[in-house]
Amino acid sequence: MAYLELDRVAKQFGAQTVVDDFSLSVGKGEFISFLGPSGCGKTTTLQMIAGFLDPTRGAIRLEGKDLTAIHPAKRGLGIVFQSYALFPHMTAAENVAFGLEMRNVPRAERAERVRAALAMVGLAGYEDRHPRRMSGGQQQRVALARALVIKPSVLLLDEPLSNLDAKLREEMQIELRQIQRTIGTTTILVTHDQNEAMSLSDRIVVMSQGRIEQIGSPQETYEKPASAFVSQFLGKTNDFAATIDRTATPVRLVAGSWNAPAPAGLSGPVTVSIRPERIGFGDVGLGAKIVTRIFQGNHWLFQCDSECGPAIVIRQNDGTAPPAEGDAVRLVWRPEDMSVRARAGA
Amino acid sequence: MSTAADERNARAPWALTAPALMLFVGVLLIPLAMTVMLSFHDWGQYKGIEPVFILKNWHEIATDPYYAEMFWRTFRIAILTTLLTALLGAPEAYILNRMSGRWKSFFLLIILGPLLISVVARTLGWALLFGGNNGLVNKLLMSAGVIRSPIPFMFTETGMVVALAHVMMPFMVLSVWAALQRLNPQIENAAMSLGAGPVTIIRRIIMPQIVPGVLSGAIIVFSLSASAFATPAIIGGRRLKVAATLAYDEFLNTLNWPLGAAVATLLLVALVLIVVGSNALIERRYAEVFR
Repeated sequence: MAYLELDRVAKQFGAQTVVDDFSLSVGKGEFISFLGPSGCGKTTTLQMIAGFLDPTRGAIRLEGKDLTAIHPAKRGLGIVFQSYALFPHMTAAENVAFGLEMRNVPRAERAERVRAALAMVGLAGYEDRHPRRMSGGQQQRVALARALVIKPSVLLLDEPLSNLDAKLREEMQIELRQIQRTIGTTTILVTHDQNEAMSLSDRIVVMSQGRIEQIGSPQETYEKPASAFVSQFLGKTNDFAATIDRTATPVRLVAGSWNAPAPAGLSGPVTVSIRPERIGFGDVGLGAKIVTRIFQGNHWLFQCDSECGPAIVIRQNDGTAPPAEGDAVRLVWRPEDMSVRARAGA
Repeated sequence: MSTAADERNARAPWALTAPALMLFVGVLLIPLAMTVMLSFHDWGQYKGIEPVFILKNWHEIATDPYYAEMFWRTFRIAILTTLLTALLGAPEAYILNRMSGRWKSFFLLIILGPLLISVVARTLGWALLFGGNNGLVNKLLMSAGVIRSPIPFMFTETGMVVALAHVMMPFMVLSVWAALQRLNPQIENAAMSLGAGPVTIIRRIIMPQIVPGVLSGAIIVFSLSASAFATPAIIGGRRLKVAATLAYDEFLNTLNWPLGAAVATLLLVALVLIVVGSNALIERRYAEVFR
């Protein structure tokens, strides 16, 4: 059952279409990520849900009610901004209490809920600090507490972790996920960081140039990318030019000296995509030479020059001797690990 | 470590600032000290200035209510001007800040306008607008039904405040604008998403954050209004004197330089005390929040 529903939503600024034909239904309690490069329309979509922008076309419904007809101040959504947008002249507790004050929550209850919200984000004892005297991570937590204390119907997160350093970001990801699981608030996260989207979300909406490329679970979008854009944006991938040879029986898919039975329904020139960690070294397969070998602790990264162009291979550091730079190798992979698409323009 | 090098390093800043320091001493500190000295000299109608050390001028200023009235008027006008610029300038800056690019630069030019025109020309312009009971301003106000009978503007404190507020407005607007630029652009959206209406946003979120801007603008406007000369001289005329015009008259009309010097010194000291005092107060009050 759809809790939040976006129905063919579009946004135009003048002649420029920023978001087009965006349809999505979000279940109650779901954690959804809008993932895409900057300028793909993800923040614009979030702002339309928040009400800071009006959609040019389409409808946004929350529990069946038209959300666009409601003033942003009355929508009851919790929003965490990229810059946090805390009120610098108020203490942490006053910041968190502001939304409750606007709802005329009695003073005693307000104090109790503020205390609980700050404790939930791990900031008990910081009630009287001003934001300017807090670290980026602490400000981020205040912003989260401020958005959650009003018990929002939907929590909107606009790149909330992008201003934190890598280690803190990872900690916050885990914490954010735990908090979201505990209180079960329907959450939409806007991010350009694929790792963040994959580790946090139930489903990812991959966007490019204002359109949805794919909606799916992190695993689906990673392993069964619907388009070249998705496979390239979500992690590293190898694209090899291949052809389907119909003269052979049974019909075979050929990429250099590698070949396999061809999948049904395709013919002529195709593109074969394989994730670097799914490629291994074998005795027969795509001929390649190792250009560089990089040690990364738990795995090795090989940059190869193959018959079908440059290739990246990632092998787990399992203690066996890896091939050296300059070695001639054969790249092999299982047919079920690749995705095959018709090659455009060929 | 060689002590000679340390010594040279210690002297370097002084050597580098020496030219500017000498200019500063020569054109500001020495004349200022001479003015202060002058205020202790004697003066007589027929004997002129006598370089002696007496407290006659200071005693006269302290005891004659004429001078007290003058200084009260000066600060009253300065305070009213400051209030008027704050009341009009802060909303003006807020509106200006929300305008789109082209309109913003156009209206900024209009606000800066008073500073681009010669002070005498601008004040005479106000004199023309005010001019007697048939002045343009009075006619406009009466035909709009705001007032029944004409308000006397010329040679009144009202006129001075209006004309001063006009020229001081840019300082207030720019200083509030600077504070507005430091606002997080998402802060209004943040407040709105938490359920705040437009009035609450301005009162609870925007206003507290631009108060330091208003206060620093107020310090500039106050000190410039209290020491303004041309506007009080033309709008106020010879009858309604303020400290600056009084000092001018003592110097150039009565030729009582020592008394003029005493008035000028007192104005300077009073202004420095007020400005430094309020600045310290503001910094202490907002140190926690704004850095």
